[in-house]
Amino acid sequence: MEGLTLSDAEQKYYSDLFSYCDIESTKKVVVNGRVLELFRAAQLPNDVVLQIMELCGATRLGYFGRSQFYIALKLVAVAQSGFPLRVESINTVKDLPLPRFVASKNEQESRHTASYSSDSESQGSYSGVIPPPPGRGQVKKGPGSHDVVQPRPSADQQEPASPVVSPQQSPPTSPHTWRKHSRHPSGGNSERPLTGPGPFWSPFGDAQPGSSAGDAVWSGHSPPPPQENWVSFADTPPTSTLLTMHPASVQDQTTVRTVASATTANEIRRQSSSCDDPWKITDEQRQYYVNQFTTIQPDLNGFIPGSAAKEFFTKSKLPILELSHIWELSDFDKDGALTLDEFCAAFHLVVARKNGYDLPEKLPESLMPKLIDLEDSADVGDQPGEVGYSGSPAEAPPSKSPSMPSLNQTWPELNQSSEQWETFSERSSSSQTLTQFDSNIAPADPDTAIVHPVPIRMTPSKIHMQEMELKRTSSDHTNPTSPLLVKTSDLSEESKINSSVKFPSGNTVADGYSSSDSFPSDPEQIGSSVTRQRSHSGASPDNTAPPPPPPRPQPSHSRSSSLDMNRTFAVTTGQQQAGVVAHPPAVPPRPQPSQAPGPSVHRPVDADGLITHTSTSPQQIPEQPNFADFSQFEVFAASNVTEEQDSEAEKHPEVLPAEKASDPAGSLRVAQTDGKIEEKTAASVPANVSKGTTPLAPPPKPVRRRLKSEDELRPDVDEHTQKTGVLAAVLAPQPSIPRSVGKDKKAIQASIRRNKETNTVLARLNSELQQQLKDVLEERISLEVQLEQLRPFSHL
Amino acid sequence: MAVCIAVIAKENYPLYIRSTPTEDELKFHYMVHTSLDVVDEKISAMGKALVDQRELYLGLLYPTEDYKVYGYVTNSKVKFVMVVDSSNTALRDNEIRSMFRKLHNSYTDVMCNPFYNPGDRIQSRAFDNMVTSMMIQVC
Repeated sequence: MEGLTLSDAEQKYYSDLFSYCDIESTKKVVVNGRVLELFRAAQLPNDVVLQIMELCGATRLGYFGRSQFYIALKLVAVAQSGFPLRVESINTVKDLPLPRFVASKNEQESRHTASYSSDSESQGSYSGVIPPPPGRGQVKKGPGSHDVVQPRPSADQQEPASPVVSPQQSPPTSPHTWRKHSRHPSGGNSERPLTGPGPFWSPFGDAQPGSSAGDAVWSGHSPPPPQENWVSFADTPPTSTLLTMHPASVQDQTTVRTVASATTANEIRRQSSSCDDPWKITDEQRQYYVNQFTTIQPDLNGFIPGSAAKEFFTKSKLPILELSHIWELSDFDKDGALTLDEFCAAFHLVVARKNGYDLPEKLPESLMPKLIDLEDSADVGDQPGEVGYSGSPAEAPPSKSPSMPSLNQTWPELNQSSEQWETFSERSSSSQTLTQFDSNIAPADPDTAIVHPVPIRMTPSKIHMQEMELKRTSSDHTNPTSPLLVKTSDLSEESKINSSVKFPSGNTVADGYSSSDSFPSDPEQIGSSVTRQRSHSGASPDNTAPPPPPPRPQPSHSRSSSLDMNRTFAVTTGQQQAGVVAHPPAVPPRPQPSQAPGPSVHRPVDADGLITHTSTSPQQIPEQPNFADFSQFEVFAASNVTEEQDSEAEKHPEVLPAEKASDPAGSLRVAQTDGKIEEKTAASVPANVSKGTTPLAPPPKPVRRRLKSEDELRPDVDEHTQKTGVLAAVLAPQPSIPRSVGKDKKAIQASIRRNKETNTVLARLNSELQQQLKDVLEERISLEVQLEQLRPFSHL
Repeated sequence: MAVCIAVIAKENYPLYIRSTPTEDELKFHYMVHTSLDVVDEKISAMGKALVDQRELYLGLLYPTEDYKVYGYVTNSKVKFVMVVDSSNTALRDNEIRSMFRKLHNSYTDVMCNPFYNPGDRIQSRAFDNMVTSMMIQVC
């Protein structure tokens, strides 16, 4: 047969007729009896009918396939419009009215055709979705009253269910029951006692309980038979849950009936309102949906990821395009995951679709996921709003106003969460500003590691971060637009928090550094979740702060400290060195408190000398584990002191720091190269001691330090013994150096030395960081290369 | 305001193309196809080592006497091409940018749909509606 082009209305009408005729639910072949009935209803002479059947090829094939059926319908229309029946006429005759099937269907069908062509009547259009033929049976039974039209759609709703569902039920009984059901609401008579639904239940058995529940549910809700579909759709027959609901639904039925019988007008209105709101989810349905949700995702506040949802809904055997559309409708926040509400909406839409409803263009209000728990109030609010609403499921629900209050109420919460999101981003951005080096550390707190500049820690925000993570998982569906709603209202709060945090952390820098390490990792999480929000909402990145910089890895910093310091300690413990080279971590003021008493104590004691100094050194080492062993300084100081019995005690504290700083380094250096260091140390010792040559001391130090920076990293346990001998050798010349420097100059020189040491420390740190940066960049480049290789089609 | 809107995949086949039906659609298809070369040229010129800094909005790709063609590329090398009537002088660059941003957002929503396989033609009704709204403004 040649191809047949149908307009949309024709397509719809024909498919409805086809499904009506398709009582055996084969979707392929129509029962001949029904088709003939239909054609007879077209009020065409018999020979025309025969001609049509011949033309469409049914006589040839012996049955009516879908295409044959459609062609036949088109030919009926052609015939009814008075055109000659020819094969070509199906396509050539344009603007054909829809075929009219009158006969026993009388005004039902005409109403239908009218509705199809006009597509304006609310009820007509609504019933237009449903195959008209079910009404035929009713018309036969009862008068084609207006009342019947209204209940018929509800009957119609159930009608398509039976063809669609796999033949577990007994279809022949359904028309009877439909008719019974339809009569029950009309006129408000309770003619139909419970016995009506009674036999209805028994034939359908397990799989049908939903339908009975649907009987009562009709007045309120539309697709009760979905429960039948659940059996075939979801592989888990909800029989038990639904069976238990029978008594309840029976109760409902009686109550519904008594209420309905109050006034016919009310009944009809209720019918119309319930008919007009086919998307309402019944409690049983909702319960079922929730159960299904929990099988996928046990946490009711969590999400179902897109892939799991895809598998689940694919089981329904709906075409992917329709599933895709359902997803678009139901994923309210467009996050690629379904919350409980979204899942129920999606499930409901799938069920409705399986029952023959067309999918709406927009999500019906009753299916809107309730962002806050307004379900009851929203539903109550929706009901009055929907009276008289032309709510064909195929048409979008026009009134958004009932849902707007519910949506509006969600904004405050969104705002709150957005504020919290905002605080996050603010926090993360402010954390960036806070990752500054606390330059006050050195003089303020000599006991802490001065080697590495310490970013300021932000402890309260870490707690906040955990809170935010919890919040995000629970209320993520409210967040999609939160970046869009981001306001900087909390900026001031954040700054206050940050400033308050700063102060305590300034004092405890040592552990502040470790916590600051963990902190940056959290903002990365948050940054990524913020990014996630950003990405799926499509908001511009301007609203959220860029992710914080990667955490500075502590080992690299500790490297400068631990390697050097540890080596220093290991090397220099118990050794005395006249090292004068500035030690990287050394900060002169540090030794003051501990050293000041030292020399003064030991000054009068010459004999103790080394022993006493070494005894003090262990004290210092635990106190300042990162620092050089000051025993050398003490030795040096002691040795110097022993030389001069003058009261230059006050000078010593100032000198000692510098000397101390240099001593451990000097010891190291001695270990590295023998003669060279000795010379230099010897040279620098007098340089340190004599004010005139003090300025010379610093310059050689950095040079030497850089030379030795790599060397220092290497462990050299073996050189300890070397150092001991060298130390003694170095110390020997020291006592002979005169110390005739002015106090002021000493102080200035000491401070200069200190600063220079700090500078060198920082410079070294900088070089190490640069090295790390280079390494990271190299890694990045290599990763990019790998990525490019993995992309087969990339040609750019 | 657009006369034709097209979404091109990374491999340069169309995922979605739609033009105002009153015009000769084939001509627009051809224009979009030729614009792909310009897009590629712009991408490769800019994004050598600075992929991050590359601007997503490519701007005017090339003008013809009747039409102007604008381009936009995403980070995953999906290209949006928009053909605009030259007589529409009121259209400013910002408006074009905002239209592309809307396109990008809708495209992202399409991507979020698990039932959408990347590389398929875009059949999302929501996307259609959004594109229609952008094109209807021309009239």
